[in-house]
Amino acid sequence: MAQYILRRFFSMIITLWLIVTVTFFLMHTVPGSPFDKDGKEASPAVIQNMMSFYHLDEPLSVQYVLYLKSLLTLDLGPSIAHYPDSVNSMIDRGFPVSFQLGIVSLLLAIITGIGLGTIAALRQNGLIDYVAMVLAVIGIAVPSFIIAPLLIKYVAVEWKLLPVATWGSWKHVVLPAIALSTGPIATIARLTRANLIEVLTQDYIETARAKGLSPATIVFKHALRNAVLPVVTLLGTLLANVLTGSFVIEKIFAIPGMGKYFVDGINNRDYAVIMGTTVFYSALLIFMMFLVDIVYGLIDPRIKLHRKEA
Amino acid sequence: MSVPDHLFVPMSQSPGRAEQIVRPRLSLWKQAQIRLFSNKLAMAGLIIIMLLAILAIFGPLMTTHSYSKQDLLHGNQPPSLKHWFGTDDLGRDVFARILFGSRISLTVGIAAALIDFFIGIVYGGIAGYFGGRIDNVMMRFVDILYGIPYLLVVIMLMVVMGPGLLTIIIALISTGWIGMARIVRGQVLQLKSSEYVMAARTLGAGSWYIIRKHMLPNTVGVIIVQITFSVPSAIFAEAFLSFLGLGIQPPLASWGTMANDALPTILSGNWWRLFFPAFFISLTMLAFNLLGDGLLNIFNPKQRR
Repeated sequence: MAQYILRRFFSMIITLWLIVTVTFFLMHTVPGSPFDKDGKEASPAVIQNMMSFYHLDEPLSVQYVLYLKSLLTLDLGPSIAHYPDSVNSMIDRGFPVSFQLGIVSLLLAIITGIGLGTIAALRQNGLIDYVAMVLAVIGIAVPSFIIAPLLIKYVAVEWKLLPVATWGSWKHVVLPAIALSTGPIATIARLTRANLIEVLTQDYIETARAKGLSPATIVFKHALRNAVLPVVTLLGTLLANVLTGSFVIEKIFAIPGMGKYFVDGINNRDYAVIMGTTVFYSALLIFMMFLVDIVYGLIDPRIKLHRKEA
Repeated sequence: MSVPDHLFVPMSQSPGRAEQIVRPRLSLWKQAQIRLFSNKLAMAGLIIIMLLAILAIFGPLMTTHSYSKQDLLHGNQPPSLKHWFGTDDLGRDVFARILFGSRISLTVGIAAALIDFFIGIVYGGIAGYFGGRIDNVMMRFVDILYGIPYLLVVIMLMVVMGPGLLTIIIALISTGWIGMARIVRGQVLQLKSSEYVMAARTLGAGSWYIIRKHMLPNTVGVIIVQITFSVPSAIFAEAFLSFLGLGIQPPLASWGTMANDALPTILSGNWWRLFFPAFFISLTMLAFNLLGDGLLNIFNPKQRR
């Protein structure tokens, strides 16, 4: 176990280093420099000064080493477009917002998805099953950026139940979280349903029934535990989808999260911000997947962590 | 009732016929076809996809309007006989733009899926077939790529290469082939060690024969399913990128850019601007997902997800 974790940790570090490297060199092939401001041409001397301030006049290899060094101290560098704002402080401001939205969406997706899937599986081929699965297919087919404007139009503008946009109280979280979680809800519901139907045909369920356990005990204690295990493996991917998906949702709801800084960074060719955001999100997601793997090994004794699965 | 003895005749024993197959032989494709035709939802998906394809190919001939011609005096008009789906804020015909956008969305989806398929099958096939150290190195590389959130990679590539149709396809391929490679490799590894392949080898079948007669037919289903699912995810990614402003550039239209352009107008009641692109994106995603689900059941009845 310890050996497995150590090896996974090591490969996680290598993955991160590769991401940093590729991101760094990709960023510097982008045509145009952050100091191209159409119309307002700065004098060459000023540009020269700025370039040397940000070390942009050094050879690429020197810049690369400098960047790696500052990364080791968890310093993602200053923003170029919004000096003296630093990438770290942007993450400090933006990430709590995105994280809150992401966690609420994910919890909503897990609870609703497993619930819906369970009900559908228990009433297989019944009306509830049919309705739940039609909803799931719609959830997969309709992108979040279409659900979001519809929610705004009806729930917020016409019925005036919740705020239209921006961020603040818990009320502001509801609509974006719903828009963001429809896809994951559908995925989880379908997966839970399929697994539960299969698990319910297993011999040990028959045994549990034969020895007189109540249906509730059978479903919740014996069947569901096994049926939702594969959902755990999905969590890493779902979190990635929710966090990157929130770029669009944040744009629609004008939420001051990470997505705003990332899209701004792209438009301003702010290398430091784009790189910082990418590295930060990749690190976060890779770490989450690492955690999910370990948790999976802990809750499912059938998985042997020390052997690499094919 | 009694049966006279002379009616009892010993059954003829023709040794050759006992093993004879009476029913017509069903090939893999024939079987798949029969099961597909009996799956109503999958057929619905297939028919919708065909209709969309016809729309994309011949659609622009169906309208006299141009997708890019502006008519500022007739902007934001609701659907009418003249403009079936209304006009946008610049007075462009939404129906013509939807038709034109279907070309872009389907091109992106199908091109990305097919190229993913070629790269994935070669990469995964080599890794699985040779196994051992080669497999280890190749798959470690894939594992690393797999850990990176794909939308970040795609967005970065879009930034580096500049927006455009070709860039979108390349960006989507850069991450899309990984899933296919993993699946093909897993299949090849599994089949390589299966009993019937060993039996065939024991009976003296050559590598090429085994690949052609055993490996391919048994992998093809999984691959088709994977392609069917990767088309809608590519279309979704294109819409997503266009929505962020990183996709197709004006005056070209894709469903994603149209939905993005329509966003500020929904509150003013110009519902048709958002409704039609949203409807077509959803319909396409739905059709491919229905077909994919059906194919999954057909080719892989044991591993229903």
